[in-house]
Amino acid sequence: ILIVMVLFLSSARVIHAIQDARKPDGANEVTVVGHQFWWEYRYSEYGFVTANELHVPVSDRVHPTPTFLTLLSADTDHDFWVPRLAGKTDLIPNHPNKTWIDPHETGLYLGQCAQYCGTEHAKMLLRVYVDSRADFDHWVKAQQQAAQLNAGMSPEATEGQKVFERTACINCHAVAGTIADGRFGPDLTHLMSRDTLAAGAAPNTRENLRTWIQNPDTIKPGALMPAMNLSDKEFDEITAYLLTLH
Amino acid sequence: MFCLIAAESAIFVIFLVAYIFYIGKSLSGPTPRQVLEIPIFNTVCLLLSSLTIHLAVRSLQRGSSAAFKLFWFLTLALGTIFLFGTGREWHRLIYGAGLTISTNLFGTTYYSLVGLHAFHVVAGLLGLAIVMLLALATKVTKEHAEHVDVFSLYWHFVDVVWVVVFTTVYVVGR
Amino acid sequence: MSSNSLPIPDAIDSAKPTSGEARLLETLHECVITVDHKRLGIMYIVAGLIFLLLGGLEAVIIRIQLLLPHAQFVSPEVFNRMFTMHGTTMIFFVIMLILFGFGVYLVPLMIGARDMAFPRLNAWGFWMSTFGGLLLYFSFVGGDGLYGAGTAPDVGWWAYAPLTARAFSPGHSTDYWTVALLVSGFGSVAIGVNLVATILSMRCPRMTLARMPLLCWLYLVMGALLLFTITPLTAAQVMLMVDRYLGGHFFDTQAGGSAVLWMHFFWIFGHPEVYVLVLPAFGFVSEIVPVFSRKPIFGYPIMVAATVGIGFISLSVWAHHIFAMGMASYSNAFFVLTTMAIAVPTGIKIFNWLGTMWGGKIRYELPMLFCVAFLFQFLIAGLTGIMLGSAPFNWQLNNSYFVVAHFHYVIVGGILFAILGAFYYWYPKVTGRFLNQTLGLWNFWLLLIGFHLTFDFMHFAGILGMVRRIYTYEPGRGWEFWNVVIGVGTLFQVLGLSCFTFNLVWSYFHGRPADRDPWDGWTLEWATASPPPEYNFSVLPEVRSARPLWDLKHPEDPDWKYQ
Ligand code: HEA
Ligand code: HEA
Ligand code: HEC
Ligand code: CUA
Ligand SMILES: [Cu+2]
Repeated sequence: ILIVMVLFLSSARVIHAIQDARKPDGANEVTVVGHQFWWEYRYSEYGFVTANELHVPVSDRVHPTPTFLTLLSADTDHDFWVPRLAGKTDLIPNHPNKTWIDPHETGLYLGQCAQYCGTEHAKMLLRVYVDSRADFDHWVKAQQQAAQLNAGMSPEATEGQKVFERTACINCHAVAGTIADGRFGPDLTHLMSRDTLAAGAAPNTRENLRTWIQNPDTIKPGALMPAMNLSDKEFDEITAYLLTLH
Repeated sequence: MFCLIAAESAIFVIFLVAYIFYIGKSLSGPTPRQVLEIPIFNTVCLLLSSLTIHLAVRSLQRGSSAAFKLFWFLTLALGTIFLFGTGREWHRLIYGAGLTISTNLFGTTYYSLVGLHAFHVVAGLLGLAIVMLLALATKVTKEHAEHVDVFSLYWHFVDVVWVVVFTTVYVVGR
Repeated sequence: MSSNSLPIPDAIDSAKPTSGEARLLETLHECVITVDHKRLGIMYIVAGLIFLLLGGLEAVIIRIQLLLPHAQFVSPEVFNRMFTMHGTTMIFFVIMLILFGFGVYLVPLMIGARDMAFPRLNAWGFWMSTFGGLLLYFSFVGGDGLYGAGTAPDVGWWAYAPLTARAFSPGHSTDYWTVALLVSGFGSVAIGVNLVATILSMRCPRMTLARMPLLCWLYLVMGALLLFTITPLTAAQVMLMVDRYLGGHFFDTQAGGSAVLWMHFFWIFGHPEVYVLVLPAFGFVSEIVPVFSRKPIFGYPIMVAATVGIGFISLSVWAHHIFAMGMASYSNAFFVLTTMAIAVPTGIKIFNWLGTMWGGKIRYELPMLFCVAFLFQFLIAGLTGIMLGSAPFNWQLNNSYFVVAHFHYVIVGGILFAILGAFYYWYPKVTGRFLNQTLGLWNFWLLLIGFHLTFDFMHFAGILGMVRRIYTYEPGRGWEFWNVVIGVGTLFQVLGLSCFTFNLVWSYFHGRPADRDPWDGWTLEWATASPPPEYNFSVLPEVRSARPLWDLKHPEDPDWKYQ
C-alpha cells in the first residue's frame, strides 16, 4: 500500500506539471488538424496553412519559446505522438485537445499517428523540424507568400497549371494565389518545401511525385486521393507544375 | 430475476447517461422545452398498475382467484393505456413537431431511451397477457403464486425505471 | 497414482460405434438438444478451441506481415481486418467460451449439484455465444452483402467512433461485428445469471459459502461482473445500430454527438471484462497449486476478500485506457489512484499462492508447471500494467507495442497458461484419460520459449516507439530486429499449441486411463467417477470443510477439527 501511495503521488505530481502548465509569453501556437492519413497545420498567428511537416522554433531555458498545439480532427480519431517531444494526445472530432512541446535542440523529430484511424493509419507519419530562430523566421516568411507563378515557369509547367485547374485537383487542394482552394487534401502552395510526400510515405522526388499523382495507391494503398485518369503528357505537365511550387 | 434486473438496470443506466450527457447539446431544434408535454396521466396509470399487480399477487397468495383475475386485468389495462399514451405522444412528436430519431441529438436520445422503456413495457404486457389467458383458463392457482410474484417484480422494475426516465426526460431535461 | 485400480464406468469405451454414421448423427442430435451441463461445458470448450485456431491463424498472418519492413504479404485492408478479427475472436470467442466451458462443467460438480440452476438457459447461452461467433465469421462472406467477396470488420476491437459511422465504414462488416457482439453478449449475460444463481442456491447440504472451493468464489464474482460489464456494451452497441440504421446521432460528431462517449462506454465494459477473463484463471490456479503443493490454500478468507475487492475496484478504473484522450488532470489522477489500488488485492493473491507453495511438497506435474509459469508471468504482466496505469508513462506508451506486450503477457502468459494447466488437470476427470506426458512437456517448453521470444521483445519494440495496428513500418527506426525475433517466437508458439491440439485428440483415444481421483484432489468433483455419470453423484461425502475429500481420506486429521 505504501508503494501504491508513492507511485500515485509521483504520478499525480507529473500529471499536474504537464496538464496544468501555464503558457509563457513568447509561446508559439499552432492548430493541428488530423485528417484521414495526413496532418494539417494552421499557423493562424502568421496566417498560413501547411501540411505534414511541422516546423517549430527551438526553445531555450532562459527564454522558453515552447509551442502550444491545439488538436482537432476533421474525421476520425487520430493521435499526435512524437516520442522524443511529448506524450500522446488524441485528436478527436468535436473534442478539442491541447498539448505542448518544448524542444531544446534543433533537428528532425519523427513520430506518427498513434490512434487507429483507418486503412492507412500506418502511413500517417509525423515529422517535426525544430529550427533555429532565424531559420524558423525565414521559413515562416517563405510560407506566407502565395505561390510564385508565371515568373520563369516553363511552358510545360504553365500547361500543367491549366490541367491542374481543369481537373478535380482543385476541389481538394489549395494553392494560394490561384483558384485552387480545396480543403479536403493537403495545401500544395509550398509542396516542394517538404521533404516527403503524403505524410512521410515517400521521399519528395520527381519520380515519386509523378507516381503519386498517377496512382496514389502504389505508394499508399487506401489513401483518400483518387487516381486521376489523365494522359502521360498531362501527368508530366502537372508534375512540372507542382515542381515549381517552392 | 434479481440478476436479470441488475443487468437490465445497467443497460438503462447507460442510456440515461447518454441522455443526460447530451442534454442541451443538440445543434438544431426542436428542443425538449418546445415539444415535450408532461405525461401526467400516463405516469399515474403506470404507477397505479404497480399497485394493482401487487394486490393481484396478494389475492393469489390468499387463494382468491377472482380477485386475482380482476386486479391482473386492471394491471394489463393500465399498462396498455400507458403504451397507448406513449404512442400518441410519439405520433404527435413525429407528425406535429417533426421530431424523429434522426432529427437531432435530442431526438436520438429521447426516442431510444423512451423506446427502450416502451419495449420493456411491451414485453411486460405480453407476459401479463399470457398469465391472464392462463388465469382465464383457470390454470393459475395458489401454487403459482411464487412465479407470479417473481414476474410482478419485473413489472415493478419497469415502473421504477419509468420514474427515473420521467424525472430525467420531463423534469431535469426540460 | 496407480492408474488402473478402479474400473472406469465410462461411455466412450463401452458403447463402441455400432454403425458409424447413425451414431454420429445421434451424437450430433444429442449435442443440439442437450441441456446437460457437462456436455455443454465440453461443447463450449471445443467451440472455444476452434476459434482459438482461427484467431491464432490471424495472429500468424499479422506476424508474417510485420516480419520485415515494407512487407507485402497482405494488403493494409486485410491486415486491419486481421487484427480486428484476432482481437475480437480471442477475447469474446476464445477465452470467454473456454472459461464458460470450464465454469459450467466444474461449478456444479464442485458444489455437489446435479446441474446448473437453469439448464435450458445454459444451453441457450451456449448457442447464443457460439452463434455470435459464427455471425462474426460470416462477415468474411457477407460483409459486402453476399455478392462478390465479403469483408470482415476492420475497425479494431474497440471500434472507436466515429470510425464506425456509416461515413467511414460503409458496407455491412461493422454491422456484423455489432450484431455478433450483441448476440454473444446475451449469451454471456445468461451465463452470468446462471452461474450466480447456481452458486448461490444449488450448493449441496452443509456446503456453506465459506466451504466452497475458491474456484466457485471466483466464478461467482465473474458471473456478477458479467452482469454489469456486458450490459454497457450491449447498450452501446444498440446505440451504434441506431446511428447506423435509423440515422441517430449518438456518436455522430457532425451533429454534436460525441466520440468520447463511446470511449467511455466501451471501456466501462472493457476493463471489467479483462477481470472477467482473469478471475477464472485465478480460480484454476487456486485449485491446482494447493493440490500439487500438498497444502491447503494459504489464507482462504483473504483470498475471497481480495476477489470481491478486485471485482469492485475493477468497475472504477476504466479510464486508464484513455489517458491520452484529454481528460481533466484531476480525473486522470483519480483513475491513476484506482488503477494502482487494484495492485493491492492482486498482490495479496500472488503472495497467498506463494505462501501456499512455501514449504509444501511440490510435485512438478504438468498442471503445476503451467501454474508456476503463470505466477511468474502474471507478476511481470501486472507490473507492466501498473507502469501503464501511471498516466505520464501511459502518454508515452499508450497504443504502442508496449501495451500489446502487456496484455498478451496477462492473457497468454497468464490466462492461457492457466487454462492449459486446467486442461492437464481436469482432462482425466472429463474423459477418463490422462493427457500424454511427453507431448505435454513439449507443449509446455515450446510454448514457454515461444511466448517469451514473442512477447518479451514486444516491450522493447514498444519502448522504441513502435505504434500498434500498423500494417507496415519504415526501416531504420530500430524495430526490424525485434520484429524478426517476435516472428520466430510466434513460430514456437504455433508448434507448442499444435502439440497441445494433437495431444487433446490423441489422448482421447489412446491416453493412459485415469481413475476417479488421479491427482489425490480434495474437492467434490474427484468424488465421482471419471467421466462423471449423467447425474453426477450417487452419494455425496459429507461436507464439513473446504476440503471434503481430504476429510474423507484422512479421518484421523480432518480439516473441520481446526475450524
Ligand atoms: C485479462 C486481462 C488483464 C489483466 C488481468 C490486466 C491487469 C492490469 N492492467 Fe491491463 N490490459 C488488458 C488486459 C489485462 N490487464 C488488455 C486486453 C489491455 C489492452 C486493450 C487494448 O488496448 O486493446 C490492457 C491495457 C491496459 C492499460 C491501458 C494501456 C493503454 O492502452 O494505454 C492499462 C493502463 O493502466 C492497464 C493496466 C493494468 C493494471 C494496473 C492491471 C492490474 O490488474 C495488475 C495487477 C497485478 C500486479 C500489480 C502484480 C502483482 C502485485 C504485486 C506483487 C504487489 C506489489 C506490486 C505493486 C505494489 C506495484 N492495462
Ligand atoms: C485472448 C486474447 C489473445 C490471445 C490468446 C492472443 C494471442 C496472440 N496474439 Fe493477440 N491480440 C489480442 C488478444 C489476444 N491475442 C487483442 C485483444 C489484440 C488487439 C486487437 C486490436 O488492436 O484491435 C491483439 C493484437 C495482437 C497484435 C497486434 C496487432 C496490431 O496492433 O497491429 C499482435 C501482433 O503481433 C498479436 C499477436 C498474437 C500472437 C502471436 C498470439 C499467439 O499467442 C497466438 C498463438 C495461437 C496460435 C498460433 C493458434 C493455435 C495453434 C495453431 C494454429 C497450430 C496449428 C493448428 C493445427 C495443428 C490444427 N496480437
Ligand atoms: C478527392 C480528393 C482529391 C483529389 C481530386 C486530388 N487529391 Fe491530391 N490528395 C488528396 C488527399 C486526401 C491527399 C493526402 C493523402 C494522404 O497523405 O493520405 C492528397 C495528397 C496529394 C499530394 C501530396 C501532398 C503532400 O503534402 O505530401 C499531392 C502532390 C497531390 N495530392 C496532388 C494532386 C493532384 C496533382 C491532383 C489532381 C490531378 C490531386 N491531388 C487530386 C485528395 C485529393
Ligand atoms: Cu491517424 Cu492513425
Ligand atoms: Cu484496463
